[in-house]
Amino acid sequence: MDRRTFLKSGTAGAALAGSAVAAPAIWSPAQAQARQETLLIVSESGPNNIDIQGVGTNVPGYEASWNSYDRLITHAMKTLPDGTQYYDRDKIVPELAEDMSVSDMSATFKLRKDATFHDGAPVTAKDVKWSLDRSVSVGGFPAFQMSAGSLTKPEQFVIVDDYTVRVDFLRKDRLTIPDLAVIVPCVINSELVKKHAAANDPWGLEYTKQNEAGGGAYKIVRWTPGTEVVYERNDAWKNGALPKIKRVIWRMVPSAGNRRALLERGDADISYDLPNKDFAELKQDGKLKIVSTPYSNGIQYIGMNVTMAPFDNLKVRQAVAYAIPYQKIMDVVLFGLAKPMFGAPPGTPPSVSWPQPHSYNTDLAKAKQLLTEAGFPNGFETVISFDLGFAGVNEPLCVLVQESLAQIGIKTTIDKIPGANWRTELNKKSMPLFTNVFSGWLDYPEYFFYWCYHGQNSVFNTMNYKSPEMDKLIDGARATAAVGDTANYDKDVEGFVDLAFHDIPRIPLYQPYVNVAMQKNISGYQYWFHRRLDYRALVKA
Amino acid sequence: MLQQIAKRFLTAIPSVIGVIIITFLLTRVLPGDTAAYFAGPAATPAAIDEVRKQLGLDLPLSQQFIRYTIDLVHGNLGQSLTTGQPVVSDIAARLPASGELTLLGLVVSMLIAVPLGILAAVKQGSLIDHACRIVATAGVSLPVFFTGLVLVYVFYYLLGWAPPPLGRLDVFYSAPPTVTGFYLIDSLIAGDLETFRAALAQLALPAITLGLFALAPIARMTRASMLAVLASDFVRTARASGLSTRMVIVTYAFRNAMLPVITTLGMVFSFLLGANVLVEKVFAWPGVGSYAVEALIASDYAPVQGFVLVMAILYILLNLFIDILYGVIDPRVRLEG
Repeated sequence: MDRRTFLKSGTAGAALAGSAVAAPAIWSPAQAQARQETLLIVSESGPNNIDIQGVGTNVPGYEASWNSYDRLITHAMKTLPDGTQYYDRDKIVPELAEDMSVSDMSATFKLRKDATFHDGAPVTAKDVKWSLDRSVSVGGFPAFQMSAGSLTKPEQFVIVDDYTVRVDFLRKDRLTIPDLAVIVPCVINSELVKKHAAANDPWGLEYTKQNEAGGGAYKIVRWTPGTEVVYERNDAWKNGALPKIKRVIWRMVPSAGNRRALLERGDADISYDLPNKDFAELKQDGKLKIVSTPYSNGIQYIGMNVTMAPFDNLKVRQAVAYAIPYQKIMDVVLFGLAKPMFGAPPGTPPSVSWPQPHSYNTDLAKAKQLLTEAGFPNGFETVISFDLGFAGVNEPLCVLVQESLAQIGIKTTIDKIPGANWRTELNKKSMPLFTNVFSGWLDYPEYFFYWCYHGQNSVFNTMNYKSPEMDKLIDGARATAAVGDTANYDKDVEGFVDLAFHDIPRIPLYQPYVNVAMQKNISGYQYWFHRRLDYRALVKA
Repeated sequence: MLQQIAKRFLTAIPSVIGVIIITFLLTRVLPGDTAAYFAGPAATPAAIDEVRKQLGLDLPLSQQFIRYTIDLVHGNLGQSLTTGQPVVSDIAARLPASGELTLLGLVVSMLIAVPLGILAAVKQGSLIDHACRIVATAGVSLPVFFTGLVLVYVFYYLLGWAPPPLGRLDVFYSAPPTVTGFYLIDSLIAGDLETFRAALAQLALPAITLGLFALAPIARMTRASMLAVLASDFVRTARASGLSTRMVIVTYAFRNAMLPVITTLGMVFSFLLGANVLVEKVFAWPGVGSYAVEALIASDYAPVQGFVLVMAILYILLNLFIDILYGVIDPRVRLEG
């Protein structure tokens, strides 16, 4: 080595060392570079638990789990006609597993051999089994979600060898595989968590509530409850293409006006829970990129309790369905940001899809006539209830319905129920008339109907609707779907949709949109069934 | 003096006990079912019962109260369900944020209100007196969240002078090492002027919002008290003795007029702590006020109880402090004590 090259390598080394020292300088001010590599998300509220399998983990907690833990399998993306990236319900791709083979009564997953957790420990079959056992054993929401795919017992998860896991089916159920791709069955660093487990907490829920123990594409480096979550990219991530964004800062900004101001001034990169009016205005301004995607398998509706007079009378329910000011709700309440679920031409046969529009429209004369036929020529008095937690949409919606019903003689008083109390009220099934929204993670008609219309009367069958004919059709669809009997499946689905529209215990209004506003230089937004952000695909130019 | 403090503490004990009982009962009669809220959107009644059991909400009220007081004696205020943290650590982490904001708000309003009140009293009926009246009325009648939003709109959104309303520090700064929990003080201790400047910039708008709200009582009280003192005999004597106006007003009149102002300050400080709740919401400020409101919305008892308890203790300490301050300003009070 001569003097010149030595000097050269010296300066190169110094430069390298210099840049290494400069890395923590993300925190020193005015670092345009750091800003460039950091994504700033603002939203109304943040997680209360970063483990989806914890007790009472809230919806923002799902986002933390989704980005910092991996699952065995996930969904591929497809492009909608409008260019939006949308998860492909029918195309499952490997994530932690590199191969999946499904036989008649089991599925076998071969794990990647090079995948590691954030502390460097390898991901093995032991971890997968422990995590799946945990998801069906902790009770509450996680166990409930797993049971939706007929996954209820730890014995169903079998270690074949260090890198192979088999999942045995309890029964044939076409929701079993998709249910392994939802957020709940994430793979957790079992050795790490076991160290922190206690006799009264065998699954280490207290530890994972505060500490992330995953191997996902992002590590949670700081979480200040109610203030912010900070993620850093896991550069050792092997289960997909390395994400472009190095650092994600998710700040809670409770005031919607300020979130909008932050976006418009270009200080925040993404926000996704602004009022519809703001989104409509931002869309018109054109300074930001707004992506609106309908909730998969989700509908806002007006429900009527069919066990309470006068809503036990079919003609009364139909009269109400003809008296809803559908278009006005779309224009005034939603500013057009929703997909109408009404206005199908009369006599349209139902199709094998869900959600689909019904053929009721606003026709006050017809409503009045139906009400007279039902024996209420002078109308009646009732109460309409809504969840104050979503007052931004619910309140104007109920006022419009109240106005319109008054025109056919139905006098309503509005009952505003605090968000914390809403679920209790739903469970009681004692509200005569109400508006609510339901959406299912798994996008299948029979899944929606099983929760909302089946006589087993889950909390989402808010109308207390029981019909043997309906139950037969729903059970039929579930059975035929499991064995792939398409012809009978189609018949059953068309049958229950038709019956739901004829009996009309709940009146579908619209499919709400997930609205996401972002700066023009942000791309790669993907719509997921859980409706939260996936940071992995996002790019900041 | 020490005896006086001890006596004051003793009288505070019944109030604290009362506060504990009342907050416990009040949070129990609030509408909303905590268990249903935390069991999640897809819970079955069985799952809700399970959560209820886990939270100890299935026990009779008396037993719940006994458990609560025992925990309290051990310094345990319970777990917050919304943040998932122990309430004590939540409040400890958030109290300095609220304290810093409230104190600065109080300083801002004093800096404006006291001179304004004195000027209004000295030049009674003049333009400045009317201005004082208008500013005070406007400040107290505008709700704080409105003032806050207007300030954000004008100074951040339109003019771009203020930093983004993102809490105590911009996202690209890290907090100074904690000594007092007050960022302004801690950053000075650490010698980090850059962070000091950033923290002050974040504080400016919320502190001004609070300051405007607190203007009225301080300015009006200063004015009224100054008027009374200016009309008194000793001021007339001082004037007759040929002392300069400045000397008469600042040294003699003002010091004597301060006593009612101090009382007002104590009261203003306590209602600023209350007004904080809304200001914190607007400015995404991670303080105790926004914490309590979020907990209330979720029917999360423990933080609400903890918040009320901490506030009650704060009020008691504050009143004690003001009593002592009286003694410093007016020796007669000290002698009587």
